[in-house]
Amino acid sequence: MNHSTEPTKPSGGRWLDRADNVRKVYYSVWVACALLLVGELFIDKHGETAIESWFGFHGLYGFVACVALVVAAKLLRRVLMRKEDYYDDH
Amino acid sequence: MTITELSPGLTLIVGSLVIPLLRGRLRSCYMVLLPLLGLAHLAQLVTGDHGVVQFLGQSLVLLRVDRWSMVFGWIFMIATLICAIYALHLRSPLQATAGIAYAGSAIGAVFAGDLLTLFVFWELTAITSVLLVWAGGKVSAYRAGMRYLLIQIASGVLLFCGAVVQLNATGTLAFGHIGLDAPGGWLIFLAFGIKCAFPFLHNWLQDAYPEASEVGTVFLSAFTTKLAVYALARGFAGTDLLIPIGAVMAAFPIFYAVIENDLRKVLAYSLNNQLGFMVVGIGIGTELSLNGTAAHAFTHILYKALLFMSIGAVLYRVGTVKGSELGGLYKSMPLTTVFCIVGAASISGFPLFSGFVSKSMILSAAGHGSYLMTWAVLLFASAGVFHHSGIKIPYFAFFGHDSGKRCKEAPTHMLVAMGIAAFLCIAIGVAPGPLYALLPFPVDYAPYSPSHVIAQLQLLMFSALAFSVLMWTRIYPPELRSVNLDFDWLWRVPGYTLVQRTSSAVRYMRQGFDGAWYRGLDSLTALAVHYHGPSSGLARTWSIRSMGIWVLVLLLAYLLLYYL
Repeated sequence: MNHSTEPTKPSGGRWLDRADNVRKVYYSVWVACALLLVGELFIDKHGETAIESWFGFHGLYGFVACVALVVAAKLLRRVLMRKEDYYDDH
Repeated sequence: MTITELSPGLTLIVGSLVIPLLRGRLRSCYMVLLPLLGLAHLAQLVTGDHGVVQFLGQSLVLLRVDRWSMVFGWIFMIATLICAIYALHLRSPLQATAGIAYAGSAIGAVFAGDLLTLFVFWELTAITSVLLVWAGGKVSAYRAGMRYLLIQIASGVLLFCGAVVQLNATGTLAFGHIGLDAPGGWLIFLAFGIKCAFPFLHNWLQDAYPEASEVGTVFLSAFTTKLAVYALARGFAGTDLLIPIGAVMAAFPIFYAVIENDLRKVLAYSLNNQLGFMVVGIGIGTELSLNGTAAHAFTHILYKALLFMSIGAVLYRVGTVKGSELGGLYKSMPLTTVFCIVGAASISGFPLFSGFVSKSMILSAAGHGSYLMTWAVLLFASAGVFHHSGIKIPYFAFFGHDSGKRCKEAPTHMLVAMGIAAFLCIAIGVAPGPLYALLPFPVDYAPYSPSHVIAQLQLLMFSALAFSVLMWTRIYPPELRSVNLDFDWLWRVPGYTLVQRTSSAVRYMRQGFDGAWYRGLDSLTALAVHYHGPSSGLARTWSIRSMGIWVLVLLLAYLLLYYL
């Protein structure tokens, strides 16, 4: 193994290290989503199932699915999570 | 027998045995040349059954060349080449030998035309691949390897039993469509199901793969499960039961992937989820869905290997892949970061990346065949896979909270291997034609329509939005040092305790039994000594006179009996 890691001071020069740039990335995701909804107005959206032609169906489905997924997974942690050495004797 | 009569799997298996004899640069060259030779071998093959051998009155087909075996043969050989390049830094020849022999076994299995040949290669994949798990080096890797081996061998034994039942009932070992109603069908189905990581049979995958060495995991991710997908597609296409099984497989691992800390385990869960898509495709059983399964196996091997390679490079350089200890590595490993993102975009099915052109075939087949529930579950799984593999993996390893860890970029050969995989991911995504031409059935499918592209982009961007919002509001669960219980808990804790208890109970009973047995034996000996011992009545010296009388009595009795 070649572990050449040494903790050094965080280099301040990177674009993503600045909080306001992270904010820009965050808002650009919102903008991208809005643009995709606007874009849908200009095309004939259809799919294999009727529900796919609803306006913004895929966006809504993706958003709700992911929030539900994370919330459910968070709840699952209460039941499933153990200490890292849980299996050490087995 | 010419080269076109021999399985390309044998080229790799026999060829791998030479690796330990070579050193240094020569070995490196040989390791790259061997899969290239394999590719040349594949190109020579002619459709039909070859290498037919008579064995115990059965004809075994060592080399069945058709569109199914060829598409898997090609991708397995390409994966072997990528893995071999990725493994060039290893000084010990063990992993390269085991890995290439393992790849050869998988290819041998794909080209097997009968169940006995399939069984032999099936078990060979288990035996060769466990060495890659053990190469992880830790005690936990050894134990996980033992569990892995037990389960894999069990799958082989089931396959063998199924083959024997089929032989008994039909008189043939041929490996064609089987179906659940066929004699031995369920046994074979279960054997394939174990290797394909069906729900509740899946846990060897998440248990063993993250314990293997950085090279081992890349090899492992490519072959075993996709061999099972191939076998299922051949034997059980159109089996309705596979649709719910696949849907569950696609959905449940993503919950685990969200809360898992070990990034290679996250990838193992997402591997399981991708297999779910393929299994649904097999279950639907139309030409479109089966093409989708084959195409998805093809693209999946590439992007999954790419993801495992990028995380493997992190493991190699940093020494850990725990999400809780990583972050900010894009500063040290920019190229690896880019390759990881290409893999992430491909698995998520972004337009212009490989996952888009394959996964959508299965989704279309599900929607078209009015499997609405299945379709909805798969759409959920598509959003989920973007969430954990597409965002979580690159985010926690390369971005996110800066861990302050600084290391060197991945070694050149690893970058080359990742580069090849990344190139193929993009090339297939941009121009799916050559892949479609390889598929088992003629393809009449156009993935790129404005409607489809915008639908997919919406699904993915809004998933990204959900991730961003949850991160921004700190609702997203942080990476914690932990393990999450999965189905293997059943045999690792209660099962283990049960075995412990049973064995101590058996030991106790044996002690009791042995005690009683020896006591009985002792008293029997004492009895014998009492009557027959040196000083007993029966052993004393008798006079000749009484001897003579007794002989007389016996002879008289004999005479008497003779006349009666």
